[in-house]
Formats: sequence, C-alpha cells, structure tokens
Amino acid sequence: MAIEVRIPTILRTYTDGEKAVDGDGGTLRALIDDLEGNHPGIKDRLVEDKDGGLALRRFVNVYVNDEDVRFIGGLDAELSDGDQVVVLPAVAGGAPSHRPA
Amino acid sequence: MLTIAQDAYDAIVAHARRDHPDEACGIVAGPEGSDRPERVVEMVNAAGSPTFYEFDSTELLALYKQLWANDEEPVVVYHSHTATEAYPSVTDVGLASEPGAHYVLVSTREHGNNEGPVEFRSYRIVDGEVTEEEVTVVPALPPRTTE
Repeated sequence: MAIEVRIPTILRTYTDGEKAVDGDGGTLRALIDDLEGNHPGIKDRLVEDKDGGLALRRFVNVYVNDEDVRFIGGLDAELSDGDQVVVLPAVAGGAPSHRPA
Repeated sequence: MLTIAQDAYDAIVAHARRDHPDEACGIVAGPEGSDRPERVVEMVNAAGSPTFYEFDSTELLALYKQLWANDEEPVVVYHSHTATEAYPSVTDVGLASEPGAHYVLVSTREHGNNEGPVEFRSYRIVDGEVTEEEVTVVPALPPRTTE
C-alpha cells in the first residue's frame, strides 16, 4: 500500500528536502503515524491536542485527492492505495491590534 | 532586496485599495529559484476581514497545483493592513510558512480606496525572525537568462 504525500517547503526539513514521500495507512490518522515513524517530528507540525484528542492544526490544510479533509472526516478520513495527499500550510495573517514591541 | 516591476507593484497597490477596508492578499509567482516576481495572482480573502486574511483552502490547493505544474513558486506573498502600518504582526510572523518568499505588506491606512501614496514594504520571515529589506521598483524585470 502506498500513498503519495506532497510535503510543503517548510516541512521538508523532516524529509531530507524531499518534495513528496510515500506513506501508508487506512486513515489520515494512521498515515500521519506512519509518516512520524520515518520522519520524526513531522506529526507535531500537523496535529495538536484538542479537547482530549488529536486534531489537525488550524492553519494546516490537508487534501486527499483534492478534497480538503475537513469536509471528509478530518483525521478519520479514509485512505486507499494510490490516493494522493497534499499538505499545505494556510496562507494567512492579520493586522496587529497594536504594534509588537 | 526585492526587485519588482512597476506593473506588478501597481497591481498589488490597486488590489489593496480596491479591497480596503478589508485586507487584500495574493502572491506574485515566478520560476522556481529565480527570485523573479513575474505573475500577480490575486486571491480572495476568505476571512473577508479588516484585521485578518486567509486564502480559501480550495483556492490555495488550486494555486499550488498550478505553480507546481509550471515549476513556479510564490516569490512574493502580499497582503494589506488597512488601519495599521505595513509591518508584520505577531500573527503574520507566526503563520509565515514560505521561508523563501518576500513578504510584502501594503498599508492603505492613509488614503483607503483613494489615490495617494501607500506604504509598500518587504520582509523576509524565517523561523519567526523578521528582516526588512529594500524594495526596488524597476520599469521591467531584466530578460530571463537562458540556461
């Protein structure tokens, strides 16, 4: 079973600079655990503890075959062989309420 | 230093003025590794807010797929501040995820939707550290060097 995972620039420090890596798992949650085994540290950049469980970080987008996983079950989104997963950090920001010191 | 063509500069400023008082956002794409901001891509601010911007997640994927297909990258990531100066906020710094990009901030606080000078400043944001850089506006980028 192989699932191609596209890695954004900012996370390539965990993949020796590779733009895409292979992983496996029947759900996104399992895939992330599999990635963590081969690329230690990457999991913490993708998920966080929330309400006693794990959740995708607010400003990380993950897509399975072009679908934002938030609309197809989040970490429980089902995966199958040959699926394409893309990780993209949100491009976001905002004005300060006051200038940082 | 950021070197940008006048037409790209004008397009960013016009976008910021048009969307004022909401924040405007977008990128300027260029060939990977070239440091040439060639193609302005306006993005919708999914937050539709005067104090926050976020690319819509579906449009974000479409944008990156297009960039990958063209061997391009976001050379510039721009957004506007509409009531404060053109300086990265704590949020901007925390969420900056393109260490190779020039982060351009435009402030429309002086003239809003109207003509008039705007602040146009550029920064590198790497590992939470902000470094302002000079902006040079040229009539046109020099021709691409042939490989």
